[in-house]
Amino acid sequence: MSQAVSDKSIPATRVGRAERARRANQRAGARRRVQRIALHLLLLAGVLVSMFPFYWTAVMATNTTEDMYRNPPALVPGTHLLHNVHRVFQNIDFLGSLLNTVIVSSATTLLVLFIDSLAAFTFAKFEFPGNRMLFRFLLLTLMLPAQLSLIPRFVLMVQIHWAGTLNSLIFPGVANAFGIFWMRQYIQGAVPDELLQAARLDGCGFMRQYWHVALPAVRPALAFLGIYTFITTWNDYAWPLIALINPKKVTLQVALAQLNTAHHTDYSMVMAGTLLAVLPLVVVFILFARQFIRDVMKGALRG
Amino acid sequence: MAAPQAAVKGPGRKRAVVTFWPQYLAISPFYVLFAVFMLGPVLFSLYLAFHKWDGLGPMHYTGLQNFRFLVKDSLFWQSLTNTFAIWFLSTVPMLFLALVLAAMLNASVRFGGFYRVAYFVPNVTSLVAVAIFFGSVFANQVGLINDVLRWLHIPAVGWMTGSFTVKLVIASLITWQWTGYNAIIYLAGMQAIDSELYEAARIDGAGPVQCFRRITIPQLRPIILFTVIMSAIGSMQTFTEPQVLFGSTDATNPDTGGPGHAGLTTVLYLYREAFDFNQYGYGAAIAWALFLVILLFTAINWGMVTRFGRRRAG
Repeated sequence: MSQAVSDKSIPATRVGRAERARRANQRAGARRRVQRIALHLLLLAGVLVSMFPFYWTAVMATNTTEDMYRNPPALVPGTHLLHNVHRVFQNIDFLGSLLNTVIVSSATTLLVLFIDSLAAFTFAKFEFPGNRMLFRFLLLTLMLPAQLSLIPRFVLMVQIHWAGTLNSLIFPGVANAFGIFWMRQYIQGAVPDELLQAARLDGCGFMRQYWHVALPAVRPALAFLGIYTFITTWNDYAWPLIALINPKKVTLQVALAQLNTAHHTDYSMVMAGTLLAVLPLVVVFILFARQFIRDVMKGALRG
Repeated sequence: MAAPQAAVKGPGRKRAVVTFWPQYLAISPFYVLFAVFMLGPVLFSLYLAFHKWDGLGPMHYTGLQNFRFLVKDSLFWQSLTNTFAIWFLSTVPMLFLALVLAAMLNASVRFGGFYRVAYFVPNVTSLVAVAIFFGSVFANQVGLINDVLRWLHIPAVGWMTGSFTVKLVIASLITWQWTGYNAIIYLAGMQAIDSELYEAARIDGAGPVQCFRRITIPQLRPIILFTVIMSAIGSMQTFTEPQVLFGSTDATNPDTGGPGHAGLTTVLYLYREAFDFNQYGYGAAIAWALFLVILLFTAINWGMVTRFGRRRAG
């Protein structure tokens, strides 16, 4: 509320005008407040749509399938989560496929971080014959859609006996032109040439300049690229589905799809598996989300 | 670009390789992996497209036969139509909603971080999980959506069996997963717009709607172009959604992509021909045909957005 104007202190002739101005101000303030509340209500409605699937998955995963088949179905979380999870473990090798996914995602992420930052550092800070041409070629490779190489890549994996192994998932994912592009942009701004020059004068070779000067300066960019690579690899489905020819040795996403295909009418069990598969990554993401989204926004402006 | 080490002059390439061997070694892993797992396979798939091969026996050169068959293959054309229908049904509402959300986020200061995270989370959620979820809420008999419709005394809809509704389910899934991401991208663009532009317009008596149409949209043009192109390329490669929604334990699933192939996208068709039916040559031909479609479609999108934008600004 705005400050009260004491009628007595103001001459009678001016009361009208001051009072009118005050009311106009109040009206404008009230209108702004209503607008602000409406804005937040709309935004919250969006959040509701965004978050509802997580809630409903939790409802299905914590009730029995019979509860979900009733009309109306159960609308709030129940108490059958452990029972449902137990049945998930009976039907798929959940922990085994989780372990496979963790191995593939971690290995891919570490390799991408090392290979991409090293290449990016080289492109950003060294002038050597072919630098520009090689980098342009690298950007061109971003234009090739994945499905063009799908069939022969599978044939290749069969021939080198990698089909069905985790190697078939890790190594193709490491050739990541986007990561090199992203890191190069960052290194150009974050690693001063003077610092490298000083390191050279101190007798630092190429690898030590990379490890001791460049890497510490680009930690934020490494964090972004690491999270991005980890999430994408964790969620990947098409290629693992093709490359893992042994249905007993699969990643989490493939196991989840298998569970759904075989038992999709048993909602509570399938949803318990889905909840288990989704929750860890989403929780971890939320911890890093603010900085990650800031980096996405910065990246959008550069593109 | 900085040049801490002087470039070699004259002595030729051999000297360069000797002098700069650490640099060449440092960038080589990408090129080696790319050559082995991308470039090699892409070239081989071009070779395959002119052959008949089941992946085991000998290859037979068949010239253009795969492509001749493709042109007359009604299922291929249906898969393309499905893919475009899903693209249209998802991209239009997705980008429109993203623009509205971004404008609202741009206008409100408080809780901005919370909203951004909440809108972004769908994008990092596993597509398989999301597809399973949508499959369950849109289920014909016991899905939540039909429960709600019955409660409202509206007849239930056969979401997972109708030719149009199947595409609608897939499109709504894509919309749910990508609207927040695109809103964040638009928001980045909006925050980069010079606020003096708005102040000048306000002094000239422009309202918020006019400001949005005359300043925000034209200034966002490059970012809108980016999202339109990325959405086009992305939805042309839709695969996981119909594959999970209509997965079958039967390898020779007669209804790949749902009843009557209503959700059969081109990449799913490629997958079926190659990995269910072992028609590697034909699968490669489909991949190249789709590549050409994507190139053409990207060019059309590019042209439309840039021309539309120019007319607006002029």
